[in-house]
Amino acid sequence: MRTPVRNANKLSDGRAGPQQRVRVGLVINPLAGLGGAVGLKGTDGAAAEQALALGARPQSHARAARALERLSALKDCIDLVCAAGGMGADLAASLGFSHRTLGSAGSATTSRDTRDAAAAMAEAGVGLIIFAGGDGTARDVFDGAPGVGLLGVPTGVKMHSGVFGASPEAAGQVAALVLGSEPARVAWREAEIMDIDEEALRLGHVAARLYGYARSPHERMAMQNCKTPSRCDDDPALDALARRMVREMDTGVLHVLGCGTTMRKIKRQLGGEGTLLGVDVALNGRLIATDVDEARLLRLTGGVPFKVITSVTGGQGFVFGRGNQQISAAVLQRAGRENVMIVTSQSKLVMLDPPCLRVDTGDRQVDAMLAGYMRVHTAPGHTMMMRIAA
Amino acid sequence: MRTSSKALPTVREVHQARWNEPVVMEMGVPGRRGAVYSAPEAVVEKAVGKAADLVPAAMRRKNRPALPEMTEPDVLRHYLHLSQMVHGMMGVNLFGTCTMKYNPRISTHLTLRPELATLHPYQPEETLQGLLEIVHSFDLILRELSGMDQFVFQAAGGAGAAYIHACITRGYFQAKGELAQRNEIISTIQTHPCNQATAATAGFNVITLPLEENGYPSIEALKGALSNRTAALMVNNPDDMGVYNPQIKDWVKLVKKAGALAFYDHANFNGVMSKIRARELGFDACMFMLHKTFGGPKGGGGPAVGAYGCSAELEPFLPKPIVRLDDKTGRYRLDADRKLSVGKVREYFGNLQVVFYAYAWARAMGGDGIKEASDLAVLANNYMEKKLLAIPGVFKSQPQMTMHRMEMTRYGLGPLKEETGIGIVEVGARMTDYGVDSPWLSHEPWVVPEPFTPEPGELWSKEDIDYWIAALAKVCEEARTNPDLVRTAPHNAAIHAINGARLDDPAWWATTWRAYKRKQAPAARASGKASASR
Repeated sequence: MRTPVRNANKLSDGRAGPQQRVRVGLVINPLAGLGGAVGLKGTDGAAAEQALALGARPQSHARAARALERLSALKDCIDLVCAAGGMGADLAASLGFSHRTLGSAGSATTSRDTRDAAAAMAEAGVGLIIFAGGDGTARDVFDGAPGVGLLGVPTGVKMHSGVFGASPEAAGQVAALVLGSEPARVAWREAEIMDIDEEALRLGHVAARLYGYARSPHERMAMQNCKTPSRCDDDPALDALARRMVREMDTGVLHVLGCGTTMRKIKRQLGGEGTLLGVDVALNGRLIATDVDEARLLRLTGGVPFKVITSVTGGQGFVFGRGNQQISAAVLQRAGRENVMIVTSQSKLVMLDPPCLRVDTGDRQVDAMLAGYMRVHTAPGHTMMMRIAA
Repeated sequence: MRTSSKALPTVREVHQARWNEPVVMEMGVPGRRGAVYSAPEAVVEKAVGKAADLVPAAMRRKNRPALPEMTEPDVLRHYLHLSQMVHGMMGVNLFGTCTMKYNPRISTHLTLRPELATLHPYQPEETLQGLLEIVHSFDLILRELSGMDQFVFQAAGGAGAAYIHACITRGYFQAKGELAQRNEIISTIQTHPCNQATAATAGFNVITLPLEENGYPSIEALKGALSNRTAALMVNNPDDMGVYNPQIKDWVKLVKKAGALAFYDHANFNGVMSKIRARELGFDACMFMLHKTFGGPKGGGGPAVGAYGCSAELEPFLPKPIVRLDDKTGRYRLDADRKLSVGKVREYFGNLQVVFYAYAWARAMGGDGIKEASDLAVLANNYMEKKLLAIPGVFKSQPQMTMHRMEMTRYGLGPLKEETGIGIVEVGARMTDYGVDSPWLSHEPWVVPEPFTPEPGELWSKEDIDYWIAALAKVCEEARTNPDLVRTAPHNAAIHAINGARLDDPAWWATTWRAYKRKQAPAARASGKASASR
């Protein structure tokens, strides 16, 4: 596990006045998130090319833009230092931010490029690096600039680390607080950088470890926590619930089943192992499609009644937008709020801080549709009324 | 302001007796007797017949009871030893959510009087007039405290009373023809879990409302849960963390507007006695725990009673029988002819001796005394809170809440655990080394890391409260200076750290002698460690 080196150029002391230009870095992993909707569980290594071949659409820039828009009022107050080309400078220019560019970028970017850009920014004396990506990008930025404050714009597939905003807008909002006139309103914390073996994930094994702690601004509602594992003492209630749900599934109705160990209990009740970290589909009491991507889901659900059953990421409270991007905004729009069913343990819900669920589908209208109170199933006959914050 | 440790008393070095006492069932020796009586004289037998014939044939045992054969001193010594291994049940015990009160010995003597102890519930009611008068009189006291119209004392605990409400809800809507539609009961996450459990046992689906950012369950969540399927709200207030919901009247209005019933679980009544009345807040029914709030014995000290009271509208559904006073004759009778009654939840009338404890307590306290006791309970808790929060490693649940807690506060040792690796279970075990009963932690689910919930009530003295705080402060200090000492506690108790690995194993647990012989004795014999296995 790595620990951060203290950087003299900290932003946590409230020293940034409006007249003082704060130096901040911007790194975007343009490939981040490609694997999500096509069901690749991540975009590390060779997965990016595979994702593109499967029809994945890049989304990192668009999501990073949603975050940077929250900084538009501070354009004159910040000294923006960007990675070259598609890794930051292009987006900054398109949004009208004056900026400096470090290094040069080739047509294809790698994790090495991210590390080098972060290191150059640390060298340039930035106090905060805003990066757009997933856990792999967080790890690369942390490696390149240990000790520098990190703030992640969630554009990856999984974001188990604790340095990300709850949504692109939330990340932008926290950045605006830190870089604006009220930095003292934001607390800083040592947030977990999680290291996920994506190769193992694609084979259905969860292999996560704590890679290190990075200093990160923290605002309870706007920042997400590190993912926490499930507790095994919840198993009897969830096992019983899985049996009940499968027994009560309506005949002729498709059931789209999300990811994770809770959902696997349902999948096993359907007679198959299903996909631990993928999305499966059931009809009439059996699994009819496994590890489906967004495109296939849209084909399967066209013109037929269907429900979406999903779980909650422990510690983070995400229902959609983290590791299950296959169940896209388009799929959810088609399903409608009344056909979304959430299943998780009561202990996972009561330990959420803040005590709400989150969605980050990439579509603000769909997020708004899902927002509000919803019953979450925790055991047979037992639900908790949880608020979904969008 | 942080309180210095000098303000706290010095903790005493305590050592419990350790007797390695066998289970009483293992102690018998064939032929031993507690008392041997001489045969009746011939003249007596001639007058009344053989002693055995005095017992009706149907009531005679076919086989002798399988009890250990022991002398009277053997028995007395055995139970003396056991009491010495549990602080004589007289340790400083600030057991939150349970309102542990001293049980006055005069009340115990009252319950042991032959006028009560020798009664049989199947006696004709004409011969039970004194007992029925006390039950009715205490019913009137609880009506005054709650505003309800009728109480019953059949439930043998709070969960039993909650179950009565779930059953009455079922009966009420069945009578209205709405049961098929109204199949949901709403509760909150910090309401005692027996409410959710009994609602489910009675066949309802349960919707639980979580705590929001401000530490309260929100009225918006309640609105989201309410519908024409709602049958009832079952709620604690103050809740399990000592937090009073100031919007409770609005809650009840919404529930009533939805056509549902509202039930007030008064498990935590001590902080609001004589301050609020459930009926005036709009509730249809409520429950008091006589073995807690009203001075009756609790847990190992004796059986319990959950007193359930309701409005006149729900009265037809109450368990039967109900004690009635005939105004014309001034006589009491048992009303068992009740067609809509949910039936019985307990044999006979329940544990009436606890009603006697509670009646004696209420009469001794009087109306003003009960009100003053509530003030003292809240004062003592807030005094305690100031001192506990001065102990490094202790934090208060929901620290963002600005209102005072009522009769108890939930704390956590999360910071101490992070710093030292020592959690509340180890700390509680070590506290027993200083003569303090291990604290109550929290009902499930835990929403606070390493939780504990002390409740000083109105009876414990300032010295007792300070001593409890001093013991906790001492152990928290030891967690930093000598963590192994705490981790391996208790050291001065009759039994050292218990291996809880099999606590959740139904193949191993044994709550009866038969179960012990079947499950554990063979393994114990095989290992040759029979005494160590207990």
